[in-house]
Amino acid sequence: MSADARRHVVVVGAGPAGLAAASAALRAGARVTLLDAAERPGGQYHRTPPEEFAAAHPERLHRGWRTFDRVRRHVLTHPRCAWWPESAVWALERPDPGEERPPRVHVVRGPADGAGRRRHVLDPDALVLAPGAHDRVLPFPGWDLPGVYTAGAAQALAKGERLVVGDQVVIAGSGPFLLPVAESLLEAGSRVVEVLEANPAGTVLRGWGRRPWELASYTGKLAELAEYAALLARHRVPYRCGRAVVEARGDGRVEEVVTARLRPDWSVVPGSERTVPVDAVCVSHGFTPQLELPVAAGCALRRPDPASPAEAFVEVDGDQRTTSPGVYAAGEITGIAGAPAARTEGLIAGWAAGGGAPDAPELVPLRRRRDRDRAFAERLAAAHPVGAAWHGWLRPDTVVCRCEGTAYGALRRAAGEPAGSSARAVKLTTRAGLGPCQARVCGPTVARLLAAGGTPEAAAAEGLPSATPHHRPLAQPVRLGELARRPHTEQEREH
Amino acid sequence: MRGPRVAVLGAGIVGAACARELARAGLPVTVLERGGPAAATTAHGEGNVLVSDKGPGPELALARLSLALWPRILDEIAERRPETARAVEWDPKGGIVVAATDEGARELERFAAGQRAAGVTAEPLDASGLADAEPHLTRDVAAAVHYPQDAQVQPAAAAAALLADALDAGAELRTRCEVLGPVTRSGRLAAVRTSQGTVEADAFVNAAGPWSGGLAARLGAPVDVRPRRGEVLVTAPLPPTVFHKVYDADYVGAVGSDAEDLRASAVVEATRAGTVLIGSSRRRVGFDDRLRPEVLSVIAAKALRLFPCLDGVPVMRAYGGFRPYVPDHLPIIGPDPRLPGLWHATGHEGAGIGLAPGTARLLADLLLGRTPPLDPAPFRADRPAALGDPSPTGGAA
Repeated sequence: MSADARRHVVVVGAGPAGLAAASAALRAGARVTLLDAAERPGGQYHRTPPEEFAAAHPERLHRGWRTFDRVRRHVLTHPRCAWWPESAVWALERPDPGEERPPRVHVVRGPADGAGRRRHVLDPDALVLAPGAHDRVLPFPGWDLPGVYTAGAAQALAKGERLVVGDQVVIAGSGPFLLPVAESLLEAGSRVVEVLEANPAGTVLRGWGRRPWELASYTGKLAELAEYAALLARHRVPYRCGRAVVEARGDGRVEEVVTARLRPDWSVVPGSERTVPVDAVCVSHGFTPQLELPVAAGCALRRPDPASPAEAFVEVDGDQRTTSPGVYAAGEITGIAGAPAARTEGLIAGWAAGGGAPDAPELVPLRRRRDRDRAFAERLAAAHPVGAAWHGWLRPDTVVCRCEGTAYGALRRAAGEPAGSSARAVKLTTRAGLGPCQARVCGPTVARLLAAGGTPEAAAAEGLPSATPHHRPLAQPVRLGELARRPHTEQEREH
Repeated sequence: MRGPRVAVLGAGIVGAACARELARAGLPVTVLERGGPAAATTAHGEGNVLVSDKGPGPELALARLSLALWPRILDEIAERRPETARAVEWDPKGGIVVAATDEGARELERFAAGQRAAGVTAEPLDASGLADAEPHLTRDVAAAVHYPQDAQVQPAAAAAALLADALDAGAELRTRCEVLGPVTRSGRLAAVRTSQGTVEADAFVNAAGPWSGGLAARLGAPVDVRPRRGEVLVTAPLPPTVFHKVYDADYVGAVGSDAEDLRASAVVEATRAGTVLIGSSRRRVGFDDRLRPEVLSVIAAKALRLFPCLDGVPVMRAYGGFRPYVPDHLPIIGPDPRLPGLWHATGHEGAGIGLAPGTARLLADLLLGRTPPLDPAPFRADRPAALGDPSPTGGAA
């Protein structure tokens, strides 16, 4: 069989899920094109320093490094794998209704800030989407001051560039991700003043302790938690539940934060405020899956919480197949469950996408592990919800959309005007979500604020785009000149 | 309030303008909107208020009436709601139409002469005048005409302002209220069944844009309004680069064409936020809202021919919408003689933002038995083009 007669699988994203998917698709006998917007594989989880740092021990600060390194070498050097770094998928073009094939993949290749990017078009037999997630941060007064970082950015600086964000750092928000961030900062040499989990201990423990008989299968995770706890204790870092950073203050950059005790719905307990001097604060309220590609591919989404329709994940079956023909999804876009779960999903998705036998014996333990990881993800979501009253700490002048500088008060005013109260009209009027990040940061927040205010969403009607804030037909910015030039098609590939 | 009770079906720009005109005339008005106000076609266009693309005829007459009404309406709204009026971003920036070839130049000059005879200001620009007006525009231009009357609004805010003014005058708005079917009494449309119960009225105004063909069919009096797809590219915010609405002369031909396949022409303009909007395409593909990268590519290439300096500018987003298209390119405004009680204010294709005030005035005058400021006959609902092709493949979508 010639290489080109083989099944061609395109994998978008070279994080834990995408790398695993590529390796499984190769094992199934397919030809693979693996794409990532970054220069190096690994995604957000295995963020590696650039080669010029010549890190002698990249495994420091990285969990699961050895598996990652093995899979990375296997995939990237495989003769049937084309590795396309610095390649952004900017559009997915769905086939005509009734055509049972995946969408056409439109890519721009080349350094994002360089002038020489070229358009490419791929027509794969199967498409695996593993774009991952990005940090989710709820706004608070002062969150736009220099010195306020997303926890993910702080960790990326520590892991990727070996930079510390500050000497006196508060880590706050919600979710287990606060702990590895604390670990990265401590190992990189920061002093962590405290770690604040917004949910009260009761909520966290209730979520974790659901169906306690199942907990036995999570000994690995519990051991990891115990390690973090020991690390915090060793560095005398308090981990406080039911407390949050509700304001950051400073002249030109953050100098102190105000923390406050929260009720279970995240309303602030009056009089519980404390001022803590800091030179940096890292905030995380979980993760937002990158859903623009699955939405563009026409994949159905599931919404676990009917009260917050903006929070959605890709619906998949037992083989990680989405509702869109030939499109598979793996990793955080199916549910926030962490890197090991993403890897397992990637293996299942890649095998199925590559045409592997559905009854292969290796799949049995993989599927079991995946189901367990999914149950674990639900446990996490239950332990670390976002409280419905969180917006109580916003002030009218608190900026919600940082790209466009839209303040909370302006959003409230626009949404309160019946004549202009559709979500789209509010966005056009306040410009919230219309800036360069295209609502990746503020989209879920704005959707939540509008839903809480009763703003009618666009009706599901023929010809009206879906009401999700993840609707971005242009998944990545493309220069006008790049767009205007004819793309390379597969037949004229250089290699 | 006295007079006939009116239900306006659709809270886009045309429905909002009609509701305002009727409510301000003292009629009891209810606006029924399937989703939220100004969320569909109105929020997916560029906000054109143009005379430059219209040749002499009834549409130009309606455009000139609307152009005269727009600033007056905004002044009235500003007296009551200064913030709301400001958000409309009314900008009489003027349009510049350029032709690249000698043949295109002759055609443009002939077209502009016809417009001038019909009362439109259309000033030929020489090379230095063009360079002063648009310093970043290509010098490779055979002819250019300046239309100082062309204006732009932020369309969703414009619809919201009209609707807010209607609500202030006593109109009622029901969102998430979908019209399901008619209730007729002695051959007259007496009520509509909706997802929120039955709504009675003496007159029902079909202002459902590209969905008005389907809505009219549901009510028992189909009109031939079909969707015509358009796409717009939005760049990252730039320092001031484009000062007018600048478009190539092909645009007029594309607007007037009947082709189902892609018609594209370059339309380039800046918004107050600094982004540059780049259009436009016209395709008849039903309600197929799939992104077509090759269409975006054609639009980009045509825009770069006008503004080569935009080559390295990032396009941040693309959006598409559906224009309400009638085969003779004229809106349908007035009563439907086949079903007393049903009125239409629809079919404006890509010109609904600009034509909304004139449409609302015409409709209100007809409804109230006043003498309209222009001849309503060309827009009537029972003209052959509005009734559509009787063959089974034609007709409303």
